Parts: sequence; structure tokens; C-alpha cells
Amino acid sequence: MKIAIASGKGGTGKSTVAANLGFTLALSREVALVDCDVEEPNLHLFFPAPATDVPVTTPIPKIDPDRCTLCGECGKFCRFGALSVLKDRVLVFPELCHSCGGCTLVCPQGAIEEIPRTIGRVACSSPIPRLTLVSGVLNEGEVQAPAVIRAAKALSKAHPLTLYDASPGTACPVIETIEGSDACILVTESTPFGLHDLRLAAEVVERIGIGAGVVINRSDGQDKETLDFCRDRGLPVLMTIPFSREIAAVQNRGGLICRDLPGWEERFLALFDGIGGVVA
Amino acid sequence: MIVGITARAPSTSAPVEQRFGRAPYFVFVDTETGKAESVENPLVDAAGGVGPRAVQMFSEHGATVVITGQVGGNAARALGMGGIKAYAYRGTGSVADALAEYTAGNLQPIPL
Ligand code: SF4
Ligand code: SF4
Repeated sequence: MKIAIASGKGGTGKSTVAANLGFTLALSREVALVDCDVEEPNLHLFFPAPATDVPVTTPIPKIDPDRCTLCGECGKFCRFGALSVLKDRVLVFPELCHSCGGCTLVCPQGAIEEIPRTIGRVACSSPIPRLTLVSGVLNEGEVQAPAVIRAAKALSKAHPLTLYDASPGTACPVIETIEGSDACILVTESTPFGLHDLRLAAEVVERIGIGAGVVINRSDGQDKETLDFCRDRGLPVLMTIPFSREIAAVQNRGGLICRDLPGWEERFLALFDGIGGVVA
Repeated sequence: MIVGITARAPSTSAPVEQRFGRAPYFVFVDTETGKAESVENPLVDAAGGVGPRAVQMFSEHGATVVITGQVGGNAARALGMGGIKAYAYRGTGSVADALAEYTAGNLQPIPL
């Protein structure tokens, strides 16, 4: 089973939920936790351990100057400005290339070959028994987050139970993460902003066509609007994490509430059972 | 020599546009014959990477000098590699004014 954990915006505690759920599940079964927030991965902070790096490459064009007639077609085709055909040569801007492969196709001379270029890495570790942590890391200044997410997901494919921690927001990287999942946990806060972002995230999940459930984090007990929204949309509220000093203290020092506070392991197991119910 | 100037409209009397890759028009002036050609920039609304693509257009039109307000990093690299010099015109005058300032040697080169 593949479960994505997403939120419409950052700072809702999405990674906290992913880390706690991963830890809880690893107490009794094999689980892979995949950090798909490749621009700012942070799950490894909960699970420090030595990691093995696998580079992520993406194809970029290489021009054969002997064949190139400087016709300009490739530069006109590339909508990302990664190619500039000048009087005597073709310039390639690797950081702008989205690896669509189009320039290779349009070149009438067959002068373009694709060569791999490293844009990031996937770090794999086994921080605790039965838990595999896979973190996608996009290099600074690179644009192809989805490619790194795909690589991270591919490396964890063999695991029967996988949790994907998506990046915040609702842009392409989130869609890349959620696609192919069996269900999605949406983490929100019971504030007006939280509800706005939950609505956006719920729409994305609906459009992709998978079931979802909601976790309300840092609840002050006044969740009526969020609860109403969830009821209207048919989204089960699977867990509510209250705002409390005790919980905040554990989280501030990078701890896991399922490990450090009594009763929370059971609640995260119940969350897992709940999202399993959404799949079926 | 052909000088390309970024402009707000298709004419030598149009005001100079400060943006390079997203300028609405490029006016190419042949300094020998005095002939001017205005080209509409198809990249105004493009999502990104406009710099290098604009440089390709300047190269296609045979420009060896660009007059504009400012130039981004990738465009600067492409201009440099393409042997096209860039000059900054910060005034509010027309394309013709900018060209006159350039001919008089009053414009600062933009480092590429
Ligand atoms: S592969 Fe696509 S994005 Fe990359 S340079 Fe070629 S056309 Fe542009
Ligand atoms: S399309 Fe091919 S031949 Fe034409 S400029 Fe590009 S690389 Fe050269």
C-alpha cells in the first residue's frame, strides 16, 4: 500500500505526521518512508543515520558542432530558453533544460545527442529496524523536482508499505508525489488559512481520484469549520492532534510523540487503520 | 553594423524598454544605411528562459550591439559567447535618442 501525506501549505506538521506514522508502523512491520519534499527534505532530521547516495540524472542535449548547420530550429523549439543558437555555435543552458527531449527530435541534422547530468540525489538509510528512509534531494538552483521525486519513488517501489511525504502546496511536485498512491492523508490546522489550503489540497486529491482522510494538527478544540468542510466533502477526520505544550516541547527538540509520549503509538496505529479503510 | 534596441512599440520613435528578454519589440537599425526594422517579440508572455531565446533573435538579425536597460545572467552569457556587445540606456527617450547617445559614445557597456 502506498500512502501520500500532503498539505495545502507548509508548516502544518505534515512531516511530523509522516515521521510518527513511519516510526509507529516500523515497530511491527517493514515500512519505507519517502521524503518527496526534495527542495527541503527534513525527515532525516527525525532519523539521523548514515545514508547511501544514489545520484539522480536527467538527459540534456549535447550538440555535435560538425553536424550542426546552425539552422536555429532547436533554439526556436525550446520553450525554456535552454538553447541559444548563435552565429558560430549553439549554447546550452543546462539549468534551464527540462529534459523534454524535443530539441533532439526537431534537429534536422541529427546533431543533438542526450547526455546525463546530475541534478540531485536520493539518500537511503535504515535508521531503525524495519524502517527504510528514502530522501530525495534536489540540488540548489535546479528546476526538475519531479525527476528527483520519481527517482525516490522508484527506489522504494519494492516495499509493500510506503509512505510518501509530499512537499507543501499543490504544484507539480505534489501531484508527482500523490500520483500512484492508494490514499492520501491531508494534514491541516484548524485556522482559516488552514481550511483554505485544505480545500485546495482536497481538490488536487479529488482530481487525481484517490481516497483521502484528514489529520487536524495543533487543534485548539474549535474545529467546527474544518469538521463541517470534511463532512461536506466526505473526508473522514482520522486524527486530531491537540495543541499542547507537552507535544510542542517534544516536537521542538525533534522528537517523536509516538515514542516519547504515552498513548500516541496507539493513535498513530488507529490513523493507519483509518486510512486503510479509505482505500477499501 | 546592426544595433538592436529594446522598445515599447515598433518604431525608432518608440520609448526604449528597460527589460531585455521581455521587451515588446526589438528595433534593429543598420547604422550604415540608416534602415530600421521592428520585430515583435514573441517571448513577452513566455514563462521563463526568455534571455537566451532573445539573444538567438538578435543573432539571427545579425546584431552585434544591443542597447537595453538591464540584462539577466543567462542572457549576458549568451550575448558574451555570441560576441554581441550590450550597452545600458537608462533614459526615458526614444530608440533614436538611445542610438544617438550610443553613437556619441555616451553609453556604458553592460559587463557580460
Ligand atoms: S530537452 Fe527540451 S528543455 Fe531541454 S534543451 Fe531540449 S528542448 Fe529545451
Ligand atoms: S536544430 Fe540541429 S542543426 Fe539546427 S541549430 Fe540546432 S543542433 Fe544545429
